[in-house]
Amino acid sequence: MSNYPDNEIAQHPLLELQELDYLWFQVAGTLCNLKCNHCFISASPANNKFGFLSLETIQQKLEESVGYGVKEYYLTGGESFINEEMIPIIRAIMQYGPATVLTNAIPITQDMAFEMAEIEEESIYSLEFRVSLDGFTPEMNDAIRGRHSFHRTLEGIRRLVHAGFLPIITTVQTWPEEKHEEVMDGFIHALKEVGYYRSRIKMLPLIKIGAEEARSGGYSESEQVTTDMMKDYDTGQLICSNSRLISDKGVHVCPILLDYDDSLLGDTLDDATKSYELKHKACYTCYMNGAICSNPSSGSKALFT
Amino acid sequence: MNSPSSNSKNRIRNRFLNDSPDSSSASYPNSSAGRYQSPYRRIAVFGGVYNNHFALEALLEDSSRQGTEAIFCLGDLGGFGPHPDKVFPLLQAGDVQVVQGNYDHSIGNSLDDCRCGYTDPSDNYYAKLSYDYTFAHTSDRWKSWMKHLPSELRVDLGRFHLLLCHGSPRKTNEFLWESTSSTHFLEKLCREHQADAILATHTGIHWSRRLPENRHFVNVGSIGRPANDGNLHVWYTMITADDDRLNVEFLPLPYPYKALAKEMRTEDLPEAFVETIETGWWTTCMEVLPGKERRRGKW
Repeated sequence: MSNYPDNEIAQHPLLELQELDYLWFQVAGTLCNLKCNHCFISASPANNKFGFLSLETIQQKLEESVGYGVKEYYLTGGESFINEEMIPIIRAIMQYGPATVLTNAIPITQDMAFEMAEIEEESIYSLEFRVSLDGFTPEMNDAIRGRHSFHRTLEGIRRLVHAGFLPIITTVQTWPEEKHEEVMDGFIHALKEVGYYRSRIKMLPLIKIGAEEARSGGYSESEQVTTDMMKDYDTGQLICSNSRLISDKGVHVCPILLDYDDSLLGDTLDDATKSYELKHKACYTCYMNGAICSNPSSGSKALFT
Repeated sequence: MNSPSSNSKNRIRNRFLNDSPDSSSASYPNSSAGRYQSPYRRIAVFGGVYNNHFALEALLEDSSRQGTEAIFCLGDLGGFGPHPDKVFPLLQAGDVQVVQGNYDHSIGNSLDDCRCGYTDPSDNYYAKLSYDYTFAHTSDRWKSWMKHLPSELRVDLGRFHLLLCHGSPRKTNEFLWESTSSTHFLEKLCREHQADAILATHTGIHWSRRLPENRHFVNVGSIGRPANDGNLHVWYTMITADDDRLNVEFLPLPYPYKALAKEMRTEDLPEAFVETIETGWWTTCMEVLPGKERRRGKW
């Protein structure tokens, strides 16, 4: 994917990195065991534009992160667990701070789940899992995430719950607002079926780039962030104000814009502290929804706007 | 379950009654933000009153028995419980120095919600019920008082410079949970804010961590509702400086929880709130909990 052409009318705001609170690792690159038709980085079994991160690279970046006072670490892909070093990577991160792994849970075996529970038990920090599930029935989910993915993901959730975790189920809202309660009830019921009685569910908005752009046509011309829109806006809600992402190519502004060439800010965290222009239309989704990427425990919304 | 003695109750109430109605605006609150107060050796610190005037009254008595030199509240006076206006006279009677919490900021500035920082819709649903009740039942006099509370206090305890705030020194409604705050992050906060110890609240669950170079972070917890630990009491924090050591003690605080539950029901507050008071387990605003803290609870 190339950069969007410069828009000659709108003035896009430049956003400073205020704090480096959250450090993301694109641990599986763009490689995935699934090929979801709404994936904003078009991850798939064949997409090797971004590759795996090694334990060695992650160790180096963890050391670098200490000086910045990074608060939490996130791991994502593609599918995080197709990186075969995931368990030692998680073990390494949990020495430094809390870790959250984004996954579809399919590759997680029961033994792996138990081993990760032990790692968390030995640490003072939380090990969180964010499991993607985009429907409460096979028909609803598999239409987006591929055949048989519903049952396979639910079995992964069952294994995590059996090991003592309470995974955060993330679901992209593809239904109208008036059906929200019915859909939530459906999720809660489906999760109970695999023994998950204290389900935690986080709704996500559609990000209309990558595969989703091809599916739905992407953003309209008016959906962009302009300088005028930043007046009285709480910029702390935008991930680019408090986060950076490490890929096998360097340090990027955020996980969502990975595929855009200009998201790569440099090789080191020092290089990547520069400001970033919110010129991509996906920035509009962050602007409108805020706190898309962080866990609910991080909170959002400043007192003053 | 212990309850405060009637003598102590009278002492606290008499002190309030002896004040003229307007004395609070002249002598209360203390406004010492930004400079260190005279050194103490032993202080009591608590957060999150959430309208629980019964627990506050018990705290004033208990901390007095413990030989406390000063008492500090780290904010969020309202929310969750009944009769917000019953809290302020007690704070005044106990000479409690108060830091502004997000709740106090919102009520004081007549904002539309508590700015608790929740992102989950169900957390926000209950937060809104609680906020609307508190806003409607807080008198203008105390709203104005809360508006002008300091966002931080600096206190010397022995040789230690303490920074007292609500969420964190950089953001009033920041959640600093034990399991999601890296040690180097807490060190950075201490370093950047020139503090040997940071005392905060906001999450409702107490914890502390000794940091390198004899620095400390302490979440003093909340006296407004139980700490999601199945106990009916709440917790406050006693901090003592002993030569080169800062001692942090979390003290259980029994209070007449049945009386609180009764008042909550009389005020038609949500039964889910009352259940927490009667069981010690959180039933609302739980999506904000990190995994480890959530698993320690029942729901």
